[in-house]
Amino acid sequence: MTFFLQNVVNALQWGSFYALIALGYSMVYSILLLFNFAHGDIFMAGAYIGFFISSGLVALAASGFLPLPNWLIFMLTIVFAMIATSCLGIIVERVAYRPLRDAPRASVAVTAMMVGIILETGNLALLGARRRNFPALIEMTSYKISGVSVTNVKIIIVVVSVLLMLALHLFIRRTKWGMAIRAMAYDFVVVPLMGVSINAITVLTFAIGSSLAAAAGILFGIAYPVLEPYMGILVGWKAFVAAILGGRGSIPGAALAGFLLGFIEIFVAAIFPSTLRDLIAYSIILIILTFRPYGFFGEAYTARLRL
Amino acid sequence: MLKKIGLLILALSLVAIVMGGCAPKAPAVIKIGINAEITGDIPKVGEGTKYAAEMWLEDIKAAGGLEVGGKKYPVELVIEDNEAKAESAAAANTKLITQDQVLVIVGPQASKQAVPAGEVADANQTPMISPWSTNPRTTKDRPWVFRACFLDPFQGPVVAKFATEEFGFTKAAVLYDVASDYPKGLAEFFKQAWEELHGPGSVVAFETFTTKDRDFSAQLTKIIASGAEFLFTPQYYDEVPLIVKQAHELGWKKPILGSDSWGSAELMTLCGDDCKGCFFSTHYAAAGAKGATKEFIDRYKAKYGYVPDDVGALTWDAMRIVEKAIKDCGKITGDIKTDRKCVRDAMAKIKDFEGITGKMTFTEEGDPIKCAVIVKISDTGEFEFYKQACP
Repeated sequence: MTFFLQNVVNALQWGSFYALIALGYSMVYSILLLFNFAHGDIFMAGAYIGFFISSGLVALAASGFLPLPNWLIFMLTIVFAMIATSCLGIIVERVAYRPLRDAPRASVAVTAMMVGIILETGNLALLGARRRNFPALIEMTSYKISGVSVTNVKIIIVVVSVLLMLALHLFIRRTKWGMAIRAMAYDFVVVPLMGVSINAITVLTFAIGSSLAAAAGILFGIAYPVLEPYMGILVGWKAFVAAILGGRGSIPGAALAGFLLGFIEIFVAAIFPSTLRDLIAYSIILIILTFRPYGFFGEAYTARLRL
Repeated sequence: MLKKIGLLILALSLVAIVMGGCAPKAPAVIKIGINAEITGDIPKVGEGTKYAAEMWLEDIKAAGGLEVGGKKYPVELVIEDNEAKAESAAAANTKLITQDQVLVIVGPQASKQAVPAGEVADANQTPMISPWSTNPRTTKDRPWVFRACFLDPFQGPVVAKFATEEFGFTKAAVLYDVASDYPKGLAEFFKQAWEELHGPGSVVAFETFTTKDRDFSAQLTKIIASGAEFLFTPQYYDEVPLIVKQAHELGWKKPILGSDSWGSAELMTLCGDDCKGCFFSTHYAAAGAKGATKEFIDRYKAKYGYVPDDVGALTWDAMRIVEKAIKDCGKITGDIKTDRKCVRDAMAKIKDFEGITGKMTFTEEGDPIKCAVIVKISDTGEFEFYKQACP
């Protein structure tokens, strides 16, 4: 039982990252029918931006010039990195995707991959291959609850992730802008005729998706404090799987599928020999998709997508 | 342009032939070739090689030359840059062998360069010793090629024996990257050695992950549940901090052991306090060294201003192995072919050589049987010599 619960705790943390990143994929897809393959690298960029902001603030605090406590640095880092990374997302959209909006979808997908490669190698050229150590903003405290190890870091990661997802859900469901995004996802030919700017909505979508990726990047940096330019590829690909599994364009679906993916990966590794982890984990997902080709909350291609 | 270069080479080689042909048989100079990574992406390695070799030459000069069979011969080092490239390393060896007519070659250091360079040395029947290359292919089926360091797989048994003797452990856990040659090989050799010592099933958890994985919580949870007494993880400084941190987060308080891939200055900047108190096996440790090793370190530090790394120490040993082989050979005939053969045979026979990186005896493959050093990461984050461990 302890073993089971411990793995549930592990899976909750791991699934949070998939869920947060999958949301970005899903949102962009629902508006532009574009798989933003660069999203994993936006996540990487977010982690690096967070690294620089937090290291700067930690250095300022240490010098006594701006004596901020660590929890405040953590909050500021998340806020500023989300803003900075959403700017990056907007730039990527403006430079790489908007000129190709009417181009064949395959061209846009390839463009997205290239943006990803540019972000990775650009980082490599700019900062070098040296690994960066994300500052320990949250002093780790470990709690033992009937044999299960839970750390404050794990709790913070899961809580912050769930709060962000709830905030996004409320924004999409309860605000005018959210309604515009949903309308655009429903039909991006007719809705602009009603006076909704497709460019504004696209920019907003990219900003939200990228800022969630940045939050994921910072939380990831705190949990796994070794940053490198290619850290986004694998996580990005797997989050993409989660986005598909959740149903293209579905926000609750993407969040749910992200956590499910985390659970499957952790439990497969916990029960079977760990060498077989991805083999078994992704076979399970293949089987799920065979029976539910549109994911959990997706609709058939002929119907419009919804958020 | 190409034509001109061609002509120049032709002219130069003609001059060389003429000069070589006419030169009187001067008192033979013992020429030792150094094939090092002076430029390229690991210049620090080349620098260490050069410095250690020059320090050795100083000693020889101070003694008035190298004494072979009662006669003193002057020694000359021919240092060639291989630019840390495989093809340049082979070309440098060709030049050293055919043009400079060196008696023996020391270097290259990294396996990428040492493997092709070894081919050239072996084909031209010139003894070569690579101080630092750990890839088995460098010396495999090459009677003329030696090395001064141990091979990767060798550390498996060393760590197994250390954990048994030092702590009296009987149950081991291993966590390694199944998609990477070095950790995989080491993990398997460790498992084999451990089960030989403690019987089948004594490796209670043999867990894997794949390169780029960042979360090891599932594997570590299994390892903790398995009742293992220590964890062996032969990973690089990329993953080690994450593995150690996550293990501690999950409540693991037992020892964590590693291999020489841990030995990077980056490890402590990435790992911080978590890695303190861990052990790993390696070639040599500067902090806490004693005897001849300490003497070498102090001298090197006084001369060049920094503590030598394993490359410097291994090069020093390689130079002294070369020295011993030449002395053991007993005579310098002046005929380079005979002398090279003589030195190779002498080197192959070296037994219980007291190097600063451990006692060495060469196997038939030209690989030394030697002891490794177990390093403990101290409370100040230094890699401290803990004890010597032999297989």
